[in-house]
Amino acid sequence: MKRIYVNEKWCLGCHLCEYECAFAATGLSDMAKALKGKRIAPKIRVEDCGDIHFAVNCRHCKDALCVKSCISGALSKGEDGVVRIDRDKCVGCLTCVLVCPYGAIMPAPDGHAAQKCQLCTDNTCGVPNCVAHCPNNAIVFEER
Amino acid sequence: MDMYIQPEYEVVRREDRCIACRVCERQCANLVHSFDPETGKMQADDSKCVNCHRCVCLCPTHALKIVKSDDTYRQNANWDGQTINEVYKQANAGGVLLSSMGNPKPFPVFWDKMLVNASQVTNPPIDPLREPMETQLYLGKRTVKIERDERGRIKNTLPPQLKLSAPIMFSAMSYGSISYNAHEALARAAEELGIYYNTGEGGLHKDFYKYGKNTIVQVASGRFGVFKDYLETAAAIEIKMGQGAKPGIGGHLPGAKISADVSETRMIPEGVDAISPAPHHDIYSIEDLRQLVYSLKEATEYKKPVIVKIAAVHNVAAIASGIARSGADIIAIDGYRGGTGAAPTRIRDNVGIPVELALAEVDARLREEGIRDEVSIVVGGSVRSSADVVKAIALGADACYIGTAALLALGCHLCRTCHEGKCNWGIATQRPDLVKRLNPDIGYKRLVNLVTAWNHEIQEMMGGMGINSVEALRGNRLMLRGIGLTDTELRILGIKYAGESL
Amino acid sequence: MLLKEGQFRNPSGCAVTGVIDRSGKSMSGEGMIEAISVMHDRSNGLGGGFAGYGIYPHYKDFYAFHLFYDGNTARADTEKFLTRHFEIVYSSEIQTRKIPSVKDEPLIFRYFLAPLPQKLANSHLDEREYVARCVNRVNAGIEGAYVFSCGKDMGIFKGVGYPEDIGRFYRLEEYEGYAWTCHGRYPTNTPGWWGGAHPFGLLDFSVVHNGEISSYDANRRYIEMFGYKCTLQTDTEVITYIIDYLVRKQGLSLEETAHVIAASFWRTIREKEEETREQETLLRRMFPSLLVTGPFSIILGFTGGLMALNDRLKLRSVVCAEKGDKCYIASEESAIRRIEPDLDRVFSPAGGEPVIFKLYDQQGGRA
Repeated sequence: MKRIYVNEKWCLGCHLCEYECAFAATGLSDMAKALKGKRIAPKIRVEDCGDIHFAVNCRHCKDALCVKSCISGALSKGEDGVVRIDRDKCVGCLTCVLVCPYGAIMPAPDGHAAQKCQLCTDNTCGVPNCVAHCPNNAIVFEER
Repeated sequence: MDMYIQPEYEVVRREDRCIACRVCERQCANLVHSFDPETGKMQADDSKCVNCHRCVCLCPTHALKIVKSDDTYRQNANWDGQTINEVYKQANAGGVLLSSMGNPKPFPVFWDKMLVNASQVTNPPIDPLREPMETQLYLGKRTVKIERDERGRIKNTLPPQLKLSAPIMFSAMSYGSISYNAHEALARAAEELGIYYNTGEGGLHKDFYKYGKNTIVQVASGRFGVFKDYLETAAAIEIKMGQGAKPGIGGHLPGAKISADVSETRMIPEGVDAISPAPHHDIYSIEDLRQLVYSLKEATEYKKPVIVKIAAVHNVAAIASGIARSGADIIAIDGYRGGTGAAPTRIRDNVGIPVELALAEVDARLREEGIRDEVSIVVGGSVRSSADVVKAIALGADACYIGTAALLALGCHLCRTCHEGKCNWGIATQRPDLVKRLNPDIGYKRLVNLVTAWNHEIQEMMGGMGINSVEALRGNRLMLRGIGLTDTELRILGIKYAGESL
Repeated sequence: MLLKEGQFRNPSGCAVTGVIDRSGKSMSGEGMIEAISVMHDRSNGLGGGFAGYGIYPHYKDFYAFHLFYDGNTARADTEKFLTRHFEIVYSSEIQTRKIPSVKDEPLIFRYFLAPLPQKLANSHLDEREYVARCVNRVNAGIEGAYVFSCGKDMGIFKGVGYPEDIGRFYRLEEYEGYAWTCHGRYPTNTPGWWGGAHPFGLLDFSVVHNGEISSYDANRRYIEMFGYKCTLQTDTEVITYIIDYLVRKQGLSLEETAHVIAASFWRTIREKEEETREQETLLRRMFPSLLVTGPFSIILGFTGGLMALNDRLKLRSVVCAEKGDKCYIASEESAIRRIEPDLDRVFSPAGGEPVIFKLYDQQGGRA
């Protein structure tokens, strides 16, 4: 399946992907209107350490620990390979947050459920918005 | 900062659009932008801004623009703001002013004063979408005496030539003045396009030997990075006698740009200014040049063409005539608008002549002397578009070198501060965090796109003229007409005025 | 005042035709007049001309000079020059016939010449080069004199008017030759100068051309490096010089010359078998500035044959035909049919593909 991959060599640590991710989730057409004055809660996070930068988001693991550990059946792996979360089923136990080895699942800003990258299949972007707007092709969406 | 000098540009931020994502702050190597946690707002220090537009391009909400400051000195047609500031700078620092890229002064651009012909009625235009339209050519000597083998076939007695798929090459830009990634992008693009890039006088990084067949290596007055493998790897060797941006002086690479890698490639100490001598100290006259040409040919077994690059100066035609008789295969002429990574401002802005006039003079002189076939002519020094290429070829050039246009394709915004080594676009810098901003995967593709697009446009214009090979355009000055030119300029360019018929 | 040919560039459309009897049998110029008259509409009365080969059998070892003179001063100056450089074997005014539509004719003279041996030896030149340079000196240096034909055993006859009228003016029915070419001109300007009509000749080469080449200035500026002066500023002139340079000075064959002038496209060359590919690539790399682009169809006349050649895109028509020993070339098939309705073979050569018809006796001798 096509996944999002991040190439550390080209990641500049500009954090644009985080804003593009948050923007994609709003469904709005103007980023200033969507994000002005808001704290963003992106599903992709850039980790910085000195000159090293690396954007992290869900790997959509083949044998996903989060899916296995979910006590309410909210997390599932679709036929397309995408690991999705059903907010209505999620009870907010955050077990998935604990077991994810990549730190790619996090509590949603409302605190009632977890959130994760669903490759922009849950919005109208078409291709993952972080990929579309990475200025240095550090984030790619491809089959490997 | 000098208290006398006020910021040239102001950063204008639309508060209603800024979401304080801090991308501008992270991307500015000049440290213009900062985040004020107390107000939660971004702020800017205009005095540090060089107007490179990196922040403007990356701002996701288009909240930024850079404007020319309207702060002004008392109006004075003689002493403009720039001139006054330069006096202040020198009074403060006591040094030679440094600048980068090409001459920005408002001198006439002769490309823009020439118009191209098109065919109709008596001669059909040719449609490049439907008919072959050839931009392939060979560079090098064409002087031959026909010799035949025992079966009567013509023997290949031609000296080595360079085959180009389009009349465009990337001009000399050294590793050191530009980054590893910029070099990689140029090398890969040249390979994919079937053209050549030029190492400049910075040597050839060991990783790029694999692009040798599309590489022209330079031998300049500093001889940086020149050794056997370097010469042997290349497709052609260029002797740099002069550079359009700074005729009369050698290259200058600030120590800050001499990283470990650059130092190894150039074979010079790390962190120390690399200043090439003004002349080649083994070339004080034309007969010395001939010796270097033949030394290089001897060293490479006469398998590679030798290019001699000169700056366009007042007696360029006589110099070119000498070079054409020196054994060189190609003359590269660099006009006074040519770019540079660092040059003394006064030289960049006041020395040399336009390449259009130099080319016209050189081509005419070589033909008068009957030695045009001894050399191909390549011109650079501000070839800005495919139209400039077409006009250059019609004036008599075989091909063009593009430097600035190639850098623009890689993201350069012509802020002209290459010499500071903090290029926000990852081009004219050796700082690893900045270098990585230029991903050669993107860069090479953009260069390929640029040259491909120009090539299409060249074909369109050639087709319009009813010419289906770039060879039949070369020196075809009847295809040009001047506009807004004096009689002297027309005479030098060897063209008629617009409206004068055939 | 109207400018003379050469003082401006004058592109023109045209009709061309040619015929050769490969067995060397002679025919009069009448056939050519017939053929060209069919293509009347391709000319506009501003130029017509003929070249005949094998027409001076009694003087075949001498250079036949045809000259236009504006007046007797030019003639006297020229004859003085000719006497200094040549032995004049025979000279006379060319016999013409009054035709109402042919006006303002200059004085037209013919000389049979042999270079003075001592002069020739002192010049250190090949005989043909010596003759060519003398022609240049008359044309460039003597006001009002113009040599328009200077080959051996061949002659050019041309003037301002429709070609069929020019043919009758020169009484071409009285000349007999093994090959003829003819040209009717449609210039887009009105020079009214006889020297500007075609064929254009240099030694025994004569060229008739229909087209307007787009490479003109590239070709001109290149060929002028080798001592040629394109004083007439016509396509035909530059093409003739190119052929002369490649064939006479560089020693290329006519086929090789065609592969320079109307070179195959690189992509076509790539697909050819190895030996041809190598040779054609070499020719293009050696003489790139002699590639001629834009529409043209030319007929080259030379001692012993004719060559037809189209530009590489075939932007001008040219048709070839054979009937027994005779071969025909014309802009339009109708011109050929007019003089030989029953043909063995009619074909249209591809762009850039030379068609060469030679006497069976390659030396150009008569059967």
